[in-house]
Amino acid sequence: MIRDAALVASKDLRLEWRGRVGLGQVLPFALLCVLLFAFALDPDRGVLQRATSGLFWMIVLFAAVLVVQRSFSVEGEDGVLDALRLSGLAPASVYLGKVAAIVVQLLALEALLLVAVAVLYDTTLRGWGLLLGTVLLATLGIAGAGATYGVVGLRLQGAETLLPLLLLPLLAPVLIGATRAGDVALGRSAGPGWPWAAMLGIFAVVYVSLGAILFRPLMEDL
Amino acid sequence: MTIDGSVSPSGAVAPARSPAPTSTSSRATRILGTVALVGTAALVVFGLWITPPDAQLGETIRILYMHVPTVSAAYVAFIITAVASVAYLWKRTEFWDLLAASSAEIGVLFFALTIFNGMLWGRITWGVFWRWEPRLTTTTVLFLTYLGYLAVRRVPTSTRTRGTVSAVIGILAVVNIPITHKAVDWWRGLHQEKTIFGTVDPEMQGTQLFTAYLGLTVFLVLFAWLLIHRFRLAWLTERAEEQGLDAAIAERRAEGSLS
Amino acid sequence: MAPAPVVHLRGAVALVDRFPALAGVDLDVGAGEVVLVRGANGAGKTTLLRTCAGLLPVTAGDATVLGVDLARTPAAVRRRVGLLGHATFLYADLTVSENVRFWARASGATQEDGRAALDRLGVPSRLHHLAVRSLSTGQRRRVSFATMVARRPELWLLDEPHAGLDAEGRDLVDGLVAEAAGSGATVLFASHELDRAERVAHRIVTLAGGVVQSDERDAGGRDAGLRSDW
Repeated sequence: MIRDAALVASKDLRLEWRGRVGLGQVLPFALLCVLLFAFALDPDRGVLQRATSGLFWMIVLFAAVLVVQRSFSVEGEDGVLDALRLSGLAPASVYLGKVAAIVVQLLALEALLLVAVAVLYDTTLRGWGLLLGTVLLATLGIAGAGATYGVVGLRLQGAETLLPLLLLPLLAPVLIGATRAGDVALGRSAGPGWPWAAMLGIFAVVYVSLGAILFRPLMEDL
Repeated sequence: MTIDGSVSPSGAVAPARSPAPTSTSSRATRILGTVALVGTAALVVFGLWITPPDAQLGETIRILYMHVPTVSAAYVAFIITAVASVAYLWKRTEFWDLLAASSAEIGVLFFALTIFNGMLWGRITWGVFWRWEPRLTTTTVLFLTYLGYLAVRRVPTSTRTRGTVSAVIGILAVVNIPITHKAVDWWRGLHQEKTIFGTVDPEMQGTQLFTAYLGLTVFLVLFAWLLIHRFRLAWLTERAEEQGLDAAIAERRAEGSLS
Repeated sequence: MAPAPVVHLRGAVALVDRFPALAGVDLDVGAGEVVLVRGANGAGKTTLLRTCAGLLPVTAGDATVLGVDLARTPAAVRRRVGLLGHATFLYADLTVSENVRFWARASGATQEDGRAALDRLGVPSRLHHLAVRSLSTGQRRRVSFATMVARRPELWLLDEPHAGLDAEGRDLVDGLVAEAAGSGATVLFASHELDRAERVAHRIVTLAGGVVQSDERDAGGRDAGLRSDW
């Protein structure tokens, strides 16, 4: 199963590298959001600095919707989804492979985005342990839920616009947890940050397990 | 599987030859409906006139007699949706799919009512329609989650695809309920608001307590009544489409004999 | 006929969205048979092949393929059949060899199987490192066929296998079909190239309006002239 998941993940990453959609479209979009928030929130009053963590995760969520959409639109081209269903790949392997590829892409995006907000919002990055833990766990949760809904959006033709409506309410706890943990790490609010990270961990475990189970009916019956 | 004796709504075993029901009501629903109607009238009388105003909440406690029941019924609805979704993925029968969908629809309706009367309560208590009170916030997030579920069901596709996709969403959404609750609670933990929830049990006595339970019962009966009707409507819709399908198959076969 | 037919359909109905593309098909195909499925556009040929591949559930009637009940567990038959469809089933941005390697490994075959299949389909090695996107239709078709051959399916389901191929490619397809049947595989194929197809087929099934209109056994080649203007 791991071998098959790795096969799918490496195929996805190779496709992504060839197409450069993440690098060429999603990343610029994320940077654009960094600017737009500054226009909306007046950079001179310290709002950006105080809200860095929240804004960062908002941008990650928006970008994640695009990454998930892209990750499944390559499976929609030229009958490939049928070929996947005909292949011997276990649905759980396909799911875990997709999750892994989405995680890698989001982590790369988050690394660059973090640099961007640090510079443009004049935020000093610190609390690295908590920050990294938060980023990893939140990203896993986002990818876990995202991959499940990605295949839903793919199968319902003409319903790609449903993805944000389905995915974002589900990710509300991730936004809350990651923002708060980020605030603690950056020293914007007091209090322990690890309970938030733990919540993100629980979310990730729950949704990755559910996704691995539910991908079978989603792939087999459509 | 059957909800009551007069109609067999289980698609798998429904005898196709039995006379097609022309309405969604039966003796059982008429009784339920009557109970719900009388109960609602009684609730209005008790809630608005007989019960005294609350020591702390004043007159606003009267909203509670409706607020707590609607939110409870909505949660019951979503749990039914989730259980039916699991059962659908297991058994693959139309019954579970339609039950899940019908229940979610009524759950969304009750959530909308909850948010609405929560806002009315807020206007009186806080002076504004909205504050980020944890329960109300959670309810709104979940309301939007289930709007997504209903939106998915409206996408035209095969019955099986629709059933599978919405079952998956029904399951993911219900798992999200406790997580969202916890997250929002912690999030608002620092800002204690006066809340419409959680003020029910401790001090209530006499007619207040009775009215609270009356409200709960009335709304659960109302929910059951609506659910049965909604389910039967969905079931009849499927039968109507099935008749269309028989016609389509006949037409399709005729296409062949012409050439 | 063999005791357990490879394909056994009785009154099979399959819906595409909510349209009954198959409106009650009766068909038995034995092991090693090569069956041509013909019919006008919209007769249900593609749906028949996709149904046999387990990609569409059968909503009414009996349907068994390779001993698997399609009404209940359509997924179980999938890895044992090979489907060549209108779509190429290839990732346009991956190269030929990446595609073949991925699909071979995904269906439990080895990289060598994939390479051998590419050679068999006459895909020259200079194309192996080109992205599928940059290939011609005929070349893509060959690569697509190669990914199917590499899986060594028990049942070949070919939807217009000759379409988009040059004369040499068509001969190649015919040779592969005969070879597959010779080694015990069963072939069900849809084609509009009736002259050519009827030479290969053991049997001709005509679909119309989602049902089997006629079923001619051992008709291959003999009266092709009569039907070529159909």
